[in-house]
Amino acid sequence: MEILGAVFAAVYQFGDAFAFLVLSACGLAVIFGMMGVINLAHGEFIMCGAYVTVMTNRLGVPLPVAILAGALVAGAVGVLVERLVIRHLYSRPLDTIVATWGISLIATQGTLIVLGSTMPGVGTPFGSFEFAGLSYSYYRIVLMLSAVAVLAILYLFFTRTRFGVLARATIQVPSMAEALGVDTRFIYAMTFGLGAALAGLTGGLYAPTMTMVPTMGTTFIMEAFVTVVVGGADVFLGTAPAAAVLAVVKATLTSWYGQLFGQIGLLIAVIIVIRVLPRGISGFILRERA
Amino acid sequence: MNVRYRMGLTAAGLVSGLLLAAAPTLAADPIKIGVLEDQSGDFAAATIGKVHAIELAVDEINKAGGIAGRPIELVIYDTQSDNTRYQEFMRRVLQRDKVDVVFAGFSSASREAYRPIVNQFDGFAFYNNQYEGGVCDANMVVTGAVPEQQFSTLIPWMMETYGKKVYTIAADYNFGQISAEWVRNIVKENGGEMVGEEFIPLGVSQFSQTIQNIQNAKPDFVVTLLVGTAQASYYEQAAAAAVGLPMASSVNVGQGYEHKRFTPPSLANMYVTTNYIEEVDTPASKEFLAKFKAMFPDEPYVNQEAANSYIAMNLYKQMVERANGSTDREDLRKIIAEGDVCFDGPSGKVCLDPKSQHMSHTIFLAKVNDDHSISFPKVWEDIKPYWLGDAGCDLTVSDPSEQYTPSNPPKKG
Repeated sequence: MEILGAVFAAVYQFGDAFAFLVLSACGLAVIFGMMGVINLAHGEFIMCGAYVTVMTNRLGVPLPVAILAGALVAGAVGVLVERLVIRHLYSRPLDTIVATWGISLIATQGTLIVLGSTMPGVGTPFGSFEFAGLSYSYYRIVLMLSAVAVLAILYLFFTRTRFGVLARATIQVPSMAEALGVDTRFIYAMTFGLGAALAGLTGGLYAPTMTMVPTMGTTFIMEAFVTVVVGGADVFLGTAPAAAVLAVVKATLTSWYGQLFGQIGLLIAVIIVIRVLPRGISGFILRERA
Repeated sequence: MNVRYRMGLTAAGLVSGLLLAAAPTLAADPIKIGVLEDQSGDFAAATIGKVHAIELAVDEINKAGGIAGRPIELVIYDTQSDNTRYQEFMRRVLQRDKVDVVFAGFSSASREAYRPIVNQFDGFAFYNNQYEGGVCDANMVVTGAVPEQQFSTLIPWMMETYGKKVYTIAADYNFGQISAEWVRNIVKENGGEMVGEEFIPLGVSQFSQTIQNIQNAKPDFVVTLLVGTAQASYYEQAAAAAVGLPMASSVNVGQGYEHKRFTPPSLANMYVTTNYIEEVDTPASKEFLAKFKAMFPDEPYVNQEAANSYIAMNLYKQMVERANGSTDREDLRKIIAEGDVCFDGPSGKVCLDPKSQHMSHTIFLAKVNDDHSISFPKVWEDIKPYWLGDAGCDLTVSDPSEQYTPSNPPKKG
């Protein structure tokens, strides 16, 4: 029982770190990994989803519906931002850094001014369970399952639907896609919106477990960029294995030496990976298959 | 970018200058007071109230005729929870705005960032925040509570009530490290045992592994010295995992009003030593709260540091008036050296200690109940900030401008 308990604890911690990395990164994997837009406002899309989730939940809407509402609103904001700002900058990737950073500052300070410095949360649902003398939160298991579900749905979406194929075609060779009659402006806007909606979904999922403040998005940013950089351009072949590898590093180091070493470990891992595999894990896998 | 930013600031400065010039001026020159507090960023929730408390005190003082007949003029900058902003704005208020005194700082990192600049330009600053103690600097007055006031009361009480095994989680910077050292020493002195200690980098919001480490160590209570809104996520996550251990803290509730922000009962059984929170049930506290809410009806919470800022402004008024209207730092320090600069304010009677230029406090033990209401199982009256003086810091004799810790005390002789 003792060994079983230790194994379960390790698996739970790995799953928890994996879920946080996958959910932090999935929206950014679409926007940065696929589209090449260095989106420093990623955290603010997460914050947007979290705030909308908490506000709709407080109106009496059940939490799962509220989380979807958070994702939808963040997605809509994403489409708007793409139409107004990002579409002018596709050929100027470095300028997107400044533009999205500005959007991030405006969103954080705007939220602070309009909604105040903090907002009461909604509380974590489902309670807890005990296993081998330690107690765990059920909601964390929900987060792990959500992370796996998001990866599976994204995979099916980009490989099995017409829109997914068009999106990949548009991002690979925009001129050819356009010549074949694809409305590339629409595809770009929708793909960016999808990335923002995924960020909003993450915010909604984590909203019950966190303190609601305008700066909450920044706590996701480091993990998100590290995962996407390690993963490379492909959402499924990159994000999933990158998150798995990094989750092992983070969970192991955190359980042995504490949070600080967990964070150091993540950053050292990313340095090693970009030195050895400059195109990330997905670049490595794709070259192997080719 | 940089140039435009500066131009914008200059323009803003010009506009506010014009506005001030247009305001009806009192006969005498104003006393200028710089205010550097975090009105945005990670610490904003705890510190916007400090600015409001200063504005409340200034409003009252100006309506009653100012300080020694001179009105107070505030020069307020938002330091954005960013240490480099503190350095930039501290230079600005001392060099360009030429303020008489500065009220500045929330985190200990920010205080240590600006303190050398106050020393360099020989300015005078009030730090109105509880902290890890030990600053022996003639250019500083500290009105917040220190470890001998918050931990020497709290930790023995917790050990007597819940047991002797203690686990500390603390923010990983000078405040958390030095506070954890205090906790460690006090636990040892009282025959207890530290079963674990973990330092959490600022900005971390995920605590699954930390929660498991705590459960594995089986402490009798957990000392939480977490700082900033990101780290506050710990309470929700610990409650969701049903950790169920009593908690003790010097910073929570009294600063970040976590009991108002989180869903009950996630903070149940949290014990905090604080010199003021809005639930303190005395006539003076209620009067202060009513005045505060009248001026700032939307204020989410009136915390310990708001009260300290209000007290600091009134102490400064008293010092200047007793120095016959002089705002010169050495004249004011002569008044502090008399040893009876006291104020009967929202948290009861407080006095400045001449040796350390820190303040005595009435310390309330606040307990968060299951429904997140507050009760006060114990009150310690008039706890002096004795540690620095006992350790050998005496600002009436010399000014080392150092920060000391229990493992790095002043050199004797």
